[in-house]
Amino acid sequence: MTIQEMPGSTAYRPSPPPAWQPRTDPAPLLPDSSPYRVLGTEAAAGADPALLRRLYAELVRGRRYNAQATALTRQGRLAVYPSSTGQEACEVAAAMVLQEQDWLFPSYRDTLAVVARGLDPVQALTLLRGDWHTGYDPRESRIAPLCTPLATQLPHAVGLAHAARLKGDDVVALAMVGDGGTSEGDFHEALNFAAVWQAPVVFLVQNNGFAISVPLAKQTAAPSLAHKAVGYGMPGRLVDGNDAVAMHEVLSEAVERARRGGGPTLVEAITYRMEAHTNADDATRYRGDAEVDAWRDHDPITLLERELTTRGLLDEDGIRQAKEAAETMAADLRERMNADPVLDPMDLFTHVYAERTAQLREQESQLRAELEAEASVESGDGR
Amino acid sequence: MSSTTVAPGTKKAAAKPASMAQALQRALRDAMAEDPTVHVMGEDVGALGGVFRITDGLVKEFGEDRCTDTPLAEAGILGAAVGMAMYGLRPVVEMQFDAFAYPAFEQLASHVAKMRNRTRGALPMPLTIRIPYGGGIGGVEHHSDSSEAYYMATPGLHVVTPATVEDAYGMLREAIASDDPVVFLEPKRLYWSKADWSPDTPAAVAPIGKAVVRRPGRSATLITYGPSLPVCLEAAEAATAEGWDLEVVDLRSLVPFDDETVAASVRRTGRAVVVHESAGFGGPGGEIAARITERCFHHLEAPVLRVAGLDVPYPPPMLERHHLPGVDRVLDAVARLQWED
Repeated sequence: MTIQEMPGSTAYRPSPPPAWQPRTDPAPLLPDSSPYRVLGTEAAAGADPALLRRLYAELVRGRRYNAQATALTRQGRLAVYPSSTGQEACEVAAAMVLQEQDWLFPSYRDTLAVVARGLDPVQALTLLRGDWHTGYDPRESRIAPLCTPLATQLPHAVGLAHAARLKGDDVVALAMVGDGGTSEGDFHEALNFAAVWQAPVVFLVQNNGFAISVPLAKQTAAPSLAHKAVGYGMPGRLVDGNDAVAMHEVLSEAVERARRGGGPTLVEAITYRMEAHTNADDATRYRGDAEVDAWRDHDPITLLERELTTRGLLDEDGIRQAKEAAETMAADLRERMNADPVLDPMDLFTHVYAERTAQLREQESQLRAELEAEASVESGDGR
Repeated sequence: MSSTTVAPGTKKAAAKPASMAQALQRALRDAMAEDPTVHVMGEDVGALGGVFRITDGLVKEFGEDRCTDTPLAEAGILGAAVGMAMYGLRPVVEMQFDAFAYPAFEQLASHVAKMRNRTRGALPMPLTIRIPYGGGIGGVEHHSDSSEAYYMATPGLHVVTPATVEDAYGMLREAIASDDPVVFLEPKRLYWSKADWSPDTPAAVAPIGKAVVRRPGRSATLITYGPSLPVCLEAAEAATAEGWDLEVVDLRSLVPFDDETVAASVRRTGRAVVVHESAGFGGPGGEIAARITERCFHHLEAPVLRVAGLDVPYPPPMLERHHLPGVDRVLDAVARLQWED
C-alpha cells in the first residue's frame, strides 16, 4: 500500500527529488569481459612487422636482464631483486609507448621498464644494490624514483601531469602499480584526483596474481581491477599482459587519449609473476608448480616468437641475434656490477636539506672524526 | 635562504590592528602575486576561503588553477602536491585541521621528507604544508591536536610555528620561499589575536631556524612556541609579584632548532622551563630539555622542567582547560626550580 492509498490520508504527495542523472554514462567506461588479445587472433596479421621485431628484441633482452639481476643477488652484488620474469611484455610496452618528454612512475618491481626506457641498468639497480636510493636524475630521465611504499607514487604522477597541463606542456605520465597496490588508499585517491582533474595519466596495473603470497581473491571482490575505473569516471581496459602487441596497442591508445586531453585511463594487465616475490621469498609456501607451469605455456616471449616465426618474420638467425644482443647487455651488467661502488659516508648529510642545519653539521663532524679514527687504526697509526 | 619578506616597490601604509589570520592571508596573496609557481590547494580553500578564511579571496584574484579546491583526501592532496613540485611548482597545501592531516603522513614521511635526499638533490621539495594546530578554541574531538612531535621526528622536514601577527606573515613568506619542505603549524587559537601591523612595512623576519627572546629576564627562562607564547608572557608578568624576572624565548622553529639562542639564555639565567600544549611524554619538551642539559649542565641551578599537555587523548572542549598549560601551571613549575637551595 502506498502513502497515497492509505485510507483516510489527505492528499499528501511527496515531492520528487530534483532531477537526477548519472554524471557519466558508465557503459563506455566498462572494460571488455575478457582480456584483450592480439597474438593468436586474426588481428595479429595487421601488426606492424617492425614493431613486432622491436618488441621481440626488447622481451629477450628483458628476460636476460631479469636472469642476470637475480644472479647478482646470489653473488651478493644486489641486496635484493624483485623479478619481473614473466611480466616483460608489460614492462617493455610501458616504456615503449612513451615519448621523450613523458614521465614514467615505476614501482620497485619495474626496473626493467626503467631500463627499457633507455636508462643504464647499473643506475636502475642502484636502489637494489644499496649504495643509494635513486641512482639517476629523475628530471633528466623523466623517470620518477623507484617507489617502494605501494601506490604512493600514483598521486605524484597525477600531480606532475596536472602541473604539466597547467603549464601547457605536452606531457603524459604513466604510473605502474601491482594488484596488491590497488588495495591501498593512495590508489583510490590518485585515480579520483586524476579523473576529477582530467589529468593526462595512464595507470597500469600489472595483475601478476600475487601480492607477495596473497592471491587476488583475498585482495578484492571487484569483477576485475579494470572495473574499478568506472567508479572514478574513467575508462578501464582489461588486457592480456603477456601479449606484448596487445599491451603496446592498449597502452598507446591510453597515452594518446591522455595526450589529446581525454583524461586518465586505468589499464589492468593480466600477467603472472613466474618467480618468487624477491630472491628472499619462498613461493612454494603459497602456490604449486602446476599453476606456474600453466603460465609457462603462456609466456610472453613464446607467444610473440610463435607469431613472428609463423609469419616468417623471424628465423633461427634472428633468434640467435636477439639472444646475442641480450648476452652482451648481461655481460656488461655483470662486469660493471662486480666493481665495488665507491661510497662516501659524508654524502649522508649532503642532501637532507638545501643547507645543512647546525645539528647536521655537528653530526657531520662526529662522523668525520669516526672515519678518521677508523682510517688511522686500519693504517696502523692509531692506538 | 633569504631573509627578506618585503615586496619591493610597495607603498608604505600605516600600521593598524590586524589579526594573525589576516597576516597569513596576506602572506599567501603576496607570495602568489610575486611567484607564478606558487599554488594553493586543499579542502574548501576556494569559494569558502578555507574554514578559517586564510585563503579568502585568493581564488577570485588568481583563479582556480592556482587556488584549487581538491577532493577531500589528504594523502591525495599532498601526494599530488609532490608531483607538482617534481614539475617545478611551489605548492602550498592547506590541511584543514591537525588531526585531519594524519592520512597524509605517509606521503610526508616517505616522500616529502626524503625526496631531495634520495635523489641527491635532483628533486627538491619546495612545499609548504599549512596545518592549523592546537586547542583552546572549544573544538570537538579531532580538532585540537598538537601534532608537532610527529613532524619533528621526521628528518628532512622543517617544522615552524609563528606566535605573533608579524611572524605569521614573515615566516609564511619564508616557508613558501624555502626550497625545503616546511610544515607550517598555525596556532589556531591565535588566529584572531591582533597586533598593530601593516603588510606593507613588515619587519624583516629572521630566516627559518632562529628563535627570539620575547621578554628579557634574569631569574629563569621559559622556552615555548606558538599557542603557549601568550601564556608564558602572562606568566612572566605575574611572576614579577613573586620577585622572579623571567626570560621568555619563542622558538618559532622546532626544526631546525636554535640551540644557540636557547643555550645562551639558559646559561644567563641558570634555570629553564619548557612549555607546550603537546603531550609531555615523547613530546618536544623532552628533546629540548635534553639539549639544554647537554649544553648548559654546569650553568644549571635546577633540573630543566616541562609544562606540557597531559598524557591523555585531547579532552572534550568542556575539560580542555585542565589539559592546556595555563599561567598557574607555569608558575608552579617556576616555583619548583630549587630557589631555596
